[in-house]
Amino acid sequence: MVPSQIEKEILIDAPIDDVWRVLTEPEHIKQWFARECELDARAGRLTFESGQTYYLTVEAFEPPHRFAYRWLHEKGTTARPENSMLVEFTLQAEKGHTRLRVVESGFDQVDWSDETKAKYAEDHSQGWGVLIAHLRDYAPNAAR
Amino acid sequence: MSPRAVSEETLLEAVGDTSRRQVLDLLLAHGEITPTALAAELPFTRQAVAKHLAVLDRAGLVAGTRQGREVRYSVRPEHLDVAIRAMARVAARWDARLEAIKRISESRSVARKKKPV
Repeated sequence: MVPSQIEKEILIDAPIDDVWRVLTEPEHIKQWFARECELDARAGRLTFESGQTYYLTVEAFEPPHRFAYRWLHEKGTTARPENSMLVEFTLQAEKGHTRLRVVESGFDQVDWSDETKAKYAEDHSQGWGVLIAHLRDYAPNAAR
Repeated sequence: MSPRAVSEETLLEAVGDTSRRQVLDLLLAHGEITPTALAAELPFTRQAVAKHLAVLDRAGLVAGTRQGREVRYSVRPEHLDVAIRAMARVAARWDARLEAIKRISESRSVARKKKPV
């Protein structure tokens, strides 16, 4: 059986407020997520290298501890469990470090056709490769 | 050609490992690539790459074709269940994104730009 959610976490050597900004400010989001980004406390829009644009409906915006949104629903539709995925970030301060956790869920509730799921996988496979390429470019700067 | 019978457990084990997803990602990006070329782009040894390829091969996710002295590997997408494939990619993307958030947060440039919002 396919798991219904993905959970990931990472410990970051930076104060929680800095991580919150990198996570939620478009200027930074453009460096780790999408080519173009618009986001406020209610909604957002991400455009990836592939040219694909996805819409976000923010479900929680509680600085600096919790940020959650639904995404991947069609433009102009209301986000529901049947047409979107839920992404939840939680941040926890730990002695000057920050533990960042992300859970993406809803794979078992969405009523997409196999065709849509396949498209989702394909779109993201491109984004994934591009992202790794970006990381490679970014790493030398970060190591300085 | 009908896909070999492979249990979902074997599939999930194959794609449930971050290193193997990196191997899969590079295979997807390159189309076809030798283990030596893969190792050059990854932080593991050629032997480790060969082990990962063997696991992926057993799960039916990759196939090797001998060309002269080299074996070139490619992904066999028909053997990847759509949902598992999507999950594996989504999971790998989050790994990469969290790493990027970490690097950006920890980099000096962000700290220097720090100012009241």
